[in-house]
Amino acid sequence: MLAEHDRAERLMAIAKAEGLYEEIHLLTEDGTLAGSVDDISPEVMVAMYRHMVFARAFDRKAIALQRQGRIGTYAPFEGQEAAQVASAMALAPEDFVFPSYRDHAATMVLGQSPANVLLYWSGRVEGIRSPEGRHILPPSVPIATHVLHAVGAAWASRHRKEQAVSIAYFGDGATSEGDFHEALNFAGVFHLPVIFFCQNNGYAISVPFSRQSASRTIAQRAIAYDIVGVRVDGNDAFAVYRAVKEARARALNGLGPTLIEAVTFRMGAHTTADDPTRYRDQKAVVEAWQKRDPIARLRLYLESQRLWSDADEAKLQEEVRARVEAAVDEALSIAPPDMEMMFDHVYAEEPWHLAAEREEYRRSREGVSV
Amino acid sequence: MSRMSNLVQAINEALDLKLADDPRVVLLGEDIGKNGGVFRATDGLLEKYGEERVIDTPLAESAIIGTSVGMAVNGLIPVPEIQFLAFIFPALDQLFSHVARMRYRSQGQFPVPMTIRTPYGAGIHGPELHAESVESFFAHTPGLKVVVPSGPYDAKGLLISAIEDPDPVVFLEPTKLYRAFREEVPEGLYRVPIGKAKRVREGEDVSVFAWGSMLRTALKVADALERERGFTCDVIDLRTLYPLDRDAIVESVQKTGRAVVVHEAHKTAGLGAEIVSLINEEALLYLRAPIKRIAGFDVPVPFFALEDEYMPTEARIRAGIEETIMF
Repeated sequence: MLAEHDRAERLMAIAKAEGLYEEIHLLTEDGTLAGSVDDISPEVMVAMYRHMVFARAFDRKAIALQRQGRIGTYAPFEGQEAAQVASAMALAPEDFVFPSYRDHAATMVLGQSPANVLLYWSGRVEGIRSPEGRHILPPSVPIATHVLHAVGAAWASRHRKEQAVSIAYFGDGATSEGDFHEALNFAGVFHLPVIFFCQNNGYAISVPFSRQSASRTIAQRAIAYDIVGVRVDGNDAFAVYRAVKEARARALNGLGPTLIEAVTFRMGAHTTADDPTRYRDQKAVVEAWQKRDPIARLRLYLESQRLWSDADEAKLQEEVRARVEAAVDEALSIAPPDMEMMFDHVYAEEPWHLAAEREEYRRSREGVSV
Repeated sequence: MSRMSNLVQAINEALDLKLADDPRVVLLGEDIGKNGGVFRATDGLLEKYGEERVIDTPLAESAIIGTSVGMAVNGLIPVPEIQFLAFIFPALDQLFSHVARMRYRSQGQFPVPMTIRTPYGAGIHGPELHAESVESFFAHTPGLKVVVPSGPYDAKGLLISAIEDPDPVVFLEPTKLYRAFREEVPEGLYRVPIGKAKRVREGEDVSVFAWGSMLRTALKVADALERERGFTCDVIDLRTLYPLDRDAIVESVQKTGRAVVVHEAHKTAGLGAEIVSLINEEALLYLRAPIKRIAGFDVPVPFFALEDEYMPTEARIRAGIEETIMF
């Protein structure tokens, strides 16, 4: 742990350098650079692009599956691919990840299988198993509650002096919840190695950020808790990647938590049960944000650097189509659940009355009467 | 070796032993460190184990339980303290949405072993919202276990069992009994099993089911009834409210044919109703009288000037038992 004054000085320097009100840009909308990206290798850049293209194709397919009645309600993330993919790529396998229900682009980068994501949205609990060797918690449904879990997991990592961080993914709406503030406060008091990764996608269902808070930004909330706050262009994969990498390094160096506000936009509905035309001029906002599309600008950059070609693109599109199809086949061909599994894993050891209810259920299924 | 300890000392001993025994155990809560807890349950533990393991937190109950979830999924065994039971209300989202469900929704991948300790119950003339007994909230929530000791020996042994339990336990400590009496308490680690009730008085005429501070009151009534009227009560301290000890309840009622449940929580939808149902399901034909519930009235727990009459009094318990026997 650094000396207290040293820590304070470094925090001040970071705050001054990066600002809390101005978005950091590295990759502009026309695919040119706004700053040096020497710290990001070409391999990472290409991998980001591949993940993002896959994520978008997956997301569109999931919406189509819901429309066809083949999966349940789905929460799309189109527009947020850079924020999710680049942040996840900046993590290490030992890190603890606490996603919400819209963060599948991030969890798929970390190894969650696309078929599992579809299973989750088909009402199958099997869909939220963490892949082996990763610590991806089930997506949190109550808003902001999992931000505290990330703080606790970071506490445990530090307790054992492990070189691991925790990251919580949440949206702008979550920043109105008490748990968000309690999490920032605890993490600040105890200097915990945690990253608060907020995707400010403009709307919490129908409510715009201007109605969530009078704060100009989410990043500025960091000032109140005396932790590092950063505001980045969330559609800029390079800026997001660097922000998370730096937050991770600070956390591991004893400099405590970072609040990252990734400014992005949810192009579609809150979920497939939502109609965004009720609360915004959908055509106008989508047109405006299409100019800031995270995937298009990354492709322009990669092409300008001769890291990507039309042939690469054609090959990738083919791969992506096959992977999405394979995921759909796998998810939709799974056998129906053994209904009795509803009794599993309530406790480590089944209490007597639960065993009795399980037995009652078995008998009812077998049609045994007295 | 053993020593005479009161209930709060027994709690302290259990925490001390588990902190020494298992490096994964961490205590956190409001005023539990330097101050040793408002009831002194954690007195001396900060000095002994340091601030990484006995953590004075900011004043935020949702965060105390929420960060405990994160600690538990990452290998620690947190023992959060909620200063008074009613202060857990801001943390109920964490408790119901996550603590109780994490093992289930992760299909066993992320269990959250933790023991949530909290003083509970009326009888010490505290301010408003320092006297609730909402144990049925927790017993109604699949995934949680609920334990209530009624004396020092059980408190220590049950708390050790709770901390070693692979599932989350809500551990309710009756404030009225913290310093009410002393009892021989063994010095080392020992366990009182979760899910097992205890017969504290043998009787033939009526079964009396109670827990926490109501057990003491019920025992006084049982003494008086035997002395003055020759009625004997089979008094069962449930000790665990979830899962209930079915066998102990059913066997006692099969023997006596009559039952009374005493609890200080509100009557409506209280645990008494659950116990009555269990007896109906398992021992109805043994009954010779309707089962009576003697409970806190269905009013908000009143200001403390009225508190003693809100809780079941010896007179109310006695009248209820007599009516049941004389039915």
